[in-house]
Amino acid sequence: MHLELSGLTKSFGSLVANDHIDLVIEPGEIHCLLGENGAGKSTLMNMLYGLLQPDSGEIVIDGEKVQITSPSDAIKHGIGMVHQHFMLVPVFTVAENIMLGRENTWAAGVLDRKKAHALVTELSDRYGFEVDPEALVEDIPVGVQQRVEIIKALTNDARVLILDEPTAVLTPAEIDELIGVMRRLKENGTSIVFITHKLKEVKAIADKITVIRRGKVVGQAEPSASEEELAELMVGRAVDLVVDKDPADPQDAVLRVEGLTVIDERGFTAVDDVDLEVRAGEILAVAGVQGNGQTELAEALLGLTPIAAGTISLDGRDLTGRTTRQRLDAGIGYVPEDRWHDGFVESFSVAENLVLDLFRKPPFGNGLTLHTDEIEKNAEARVEEFDIRTQGVDDPLSSLSGGNQQKVVLARELSRPLKLLVASQPTRGVDVGSIEFLHQRIVKERDNGTAVLIVSTELDEIAALADRVAVMYRGKVVGVVPADTPRDELGLMMAGASKSEAHDVAIENPTTLGTI
Amino acid sequence: MSTETEAAPAPVPPAKEPERRSGLPSWAVQGLVSLSAIVLALLVGAILIIVGDEQVQKAVGYFGAAPMDTVSAALSAVGEAYKSLAVGALGGWTPISESLTQATPLICGGLAVSLAFRTGLFNIGAQGQLIAGAILASYVGFAWHLPPVLHLVLAIVAGLVGGAIWGGVVGLLKARTGAHEVIVTIMLNYVAIYLLAWLLTTKTFQRPGRTDPISPIVDNNAQYPKFGDTRLHLGFVLALVAAVFVWWLLNRSTIGFELRAVGANADASRTAGMSVGRAYVIAMVVAGALAGLAGTQQVLGTDLPLTDGVAASVGFDAITVALLGRGTPLGTVLAGLLFGALNAGGLQMQLITQTPLTLTTVLQAVIVLFVAAPALVRSIFRFLPKERGAGAVLAKGWNG
Repeated sequence: MHLELSGLTKSFGSLVANDHIDLVIEPGEIHCLLGENGAGKSTLMNMLYGLLQPDSGEIVIDGEKVQITSPSDAIKHGIGMVHQHFMLVPVFTVAENIMLGRENTWAAGVLDRKKAHALVTELSDRYGFEVDPEALVEDIPVGVQQRVEIIKALTNDARVLILDEPTAVLTPAEIDELIGVMRRLKENGTSIVFITHKLKEVKAIADKITVIRRGKVVGQAEPSASEEELAELMVGRAVDLVVDKDPADPQDAVLRVEGLTVIDERGFTAVDDVDLEVRAGEILAVAGVQGNGQTELAEALLGLTPIAAGTISLDGRDLTGRTTRQRLDAGIGYVPEDRWHDGFVESFSVAENLVLDLFRKPPFGNGLTLHTDEIEKNAEARVEEFDIRTQGVDDPLSSLSGGNQQKVVLARELSRPLKLLVASQPTRGVDVGSIEFLHQRIVKERDNGTAVLIVSTELDEIAALADRVAVMYRGKVVGVVPADTPRDELGLMMAGASKSEAHDVAIENPTTLGTI
Repeated sequence: MSTETEAAPAPVPPAKEPERRSGLPSWAVQGLVSLSAIVLALLVGAILIIVGDEQVQKAVGYFGAAPMDTVSAALSAVGEAYKSLAVGALGGWTPISESLTQATPLICGGLAVSLAFRTGLFNIGAQGQLIAGAILASYVGFAWHLPPVLHLVLAIVAGLVGGAIWGGVVGLLKARTGAHEVIVTIMLNYVAIYLLAWLLTTKTFQRPGRTDPISPIVDNNAQYPKFGDTRLHLGFVLALVAAVFVWWLLNRSTIGFELRAVGANADASRTAGMSVGRAYVIAMVVAGALAGLAGTQQVLGTDLPLTDGVAASVGFDAITVALLGRGTPLGTVLAGLLFGALNAGGLQMQLITQTPLTLTTVLQAVIVLFVAAPALVRSIFRFLPKERGAGAVLAKGWNG
């Protein structure tokens, strides 16, 4: 299918999210849409999928102009979309999920399960999906769930498949499998629009790359372009992808975690007997695929999640059983993983958010009253220092872009003397330009002698920041390795292999991403 | 057939879909929405008046012959009713003082609900808190005999304490056990209502020589001083002071910062080291005390003896006042004044035009209905810009 978007424009109020975007997707091509968060990728795809209506411009499929006013229109025209968050019913089987919404029935409304079963098996065989039609969705790994989503789209005869940030939730090995799936789809003539901001993946699989910045197509690139060139196109200026940092000069251990065990709300052991040590002046990165206990580990350090066993001490002081406030006061800075949820209060002003955990103490408060002048002054200074783009410090935080909202959180946490900085996914959702800046700030904090613990699922970030890497798998630390450990080895450890196993296997079976 | 994806709207990322923003500050926008709601409510009320008016009904009988008769009868019915409503509320010092008197407990009760709102709590219990305050205040008022000033002060304090306890229990249960405040406050309302009914049959509370549920009249020394020969009393001034206090607490104190933060995002507040439970307890203690203050205004200001009707429907009207006032102290005062005026004017309207007093209740309800559905008002008055912030939160209501 030949898909052509021409002059697509969409604005929200005064903001032009998409400005005369032209895009041609040839049959059987993997077309990467590369751009920072907020560049307008999602808006464009939502227009293509009928979730948003363009203000002007047209969509042409196989030479015919079409109107797409709803997702069902899009499906009718052979456009399928796999969202970043899956739309599956966890307690249904794979086949049932595929059936959902267009149940084939026998007489008297009896569901024809066989048909769905056969369909899944057939597609699974044809593309090598390895999906069991009778497995419950909640029991299968995220990577397989994603394939179920793809099958769903394919059963609708999708000839153009939009994958929105499909790798965000996958392990390196699963990403590799996904790349395989994408290639097989392509061989069968399906076109793929692959939305991402990760340069390595783009280079690994794209046939063509279109870069979008601030709602405009700023250029096309070949997969042979270097990461630096792509990043520059994306950001609009030269970007230093490698964080400039001196070797760490670690001092005494600041954070000591011994035998830490966390049982989550559902009764699962989220963190399983973890020992960790972070020394002053070093960055320890906790690597792992989403959902392997890193989140709970960070929350337990802050006292946000009750612990079942173990001790946490800061500078020799036992923190076990202390409240979150006491831990913050003891000198822990915390950048929570889900900032939109835990990091700030959207309806509060920028200034108020910048003192969310500082407002009680001088100069911002005296225990009874707030010193609004000081809060304002502080905000002005932080906005300047961290280049937070806001109309004014009294504007609600909800008026800021996602990246700037995150800067507010980091600015707040770094604006007081720290012994330990715990940052979960410190640059998730931040544009490349800001990543550079935030990474530098974190390294600077380390150089000031703060112990830094980073939780990240992105190997790029870990490679850029870490002095040592602790890999977590199913709540356990499977190994603590030096920062220069090869990607493939880290990837295997993230899938549960021990240090030595990972080393051996990685040499024998290099992955697509690992070899770039 | 293939509709599966339709049912699955894209998980719109925290999309920056900028709302239509006007140059107006948010308070002005909220004011406009409220004003539009009032206008709409008056229109709805006008229809009810027309439908219920005898002259109009007669004129409709010969509508074909003289259609203008129906129109003029309708107009005059509406005009008369609203005129007497306005005169009864604002036509001179006595009506105005009556409006302010009616507004007094509504303002304090409204503040009790607003403060809890801002902390993320739906305080349905102003009624019970008010009754608890009234019980203690009246007891101190009639059972103790103390010098002037001191007696009033102690009676007021007793009322505050009564309300604070009744509210504090809710906060404590919520903080400790997670019990939903809506359930707890509703149940505590019943407890307070029947506790009051029972107390008024006991020797301690029942006025000697009476068989009906009524207490002795509170001492002169324990009564709010009145302004001139009106019913308006010092409690009104205290209500305004309370509003200023709540404004200060919410916007200028560290505790208020915490309350607002917890109300807007409890998870972020916990992460920032705040104690969400503590915030709930503080908010409910203060809210209870405010409702208790309303109780003292009833029993030490207007009623004087304690009866089982002491709270009337003030505690419930307070919820609508707070809704209309968008959870802000100033808004609550204004809404309280409006409702007080409607109550006072409604009595007059009933006297003069036989339009039932319940019409004002309908007006109040419709106003709040429109305020709670800002999108509805906006679809009628297209010029209104979209609002942001606290008002919108209130419209969403029940947050766990």
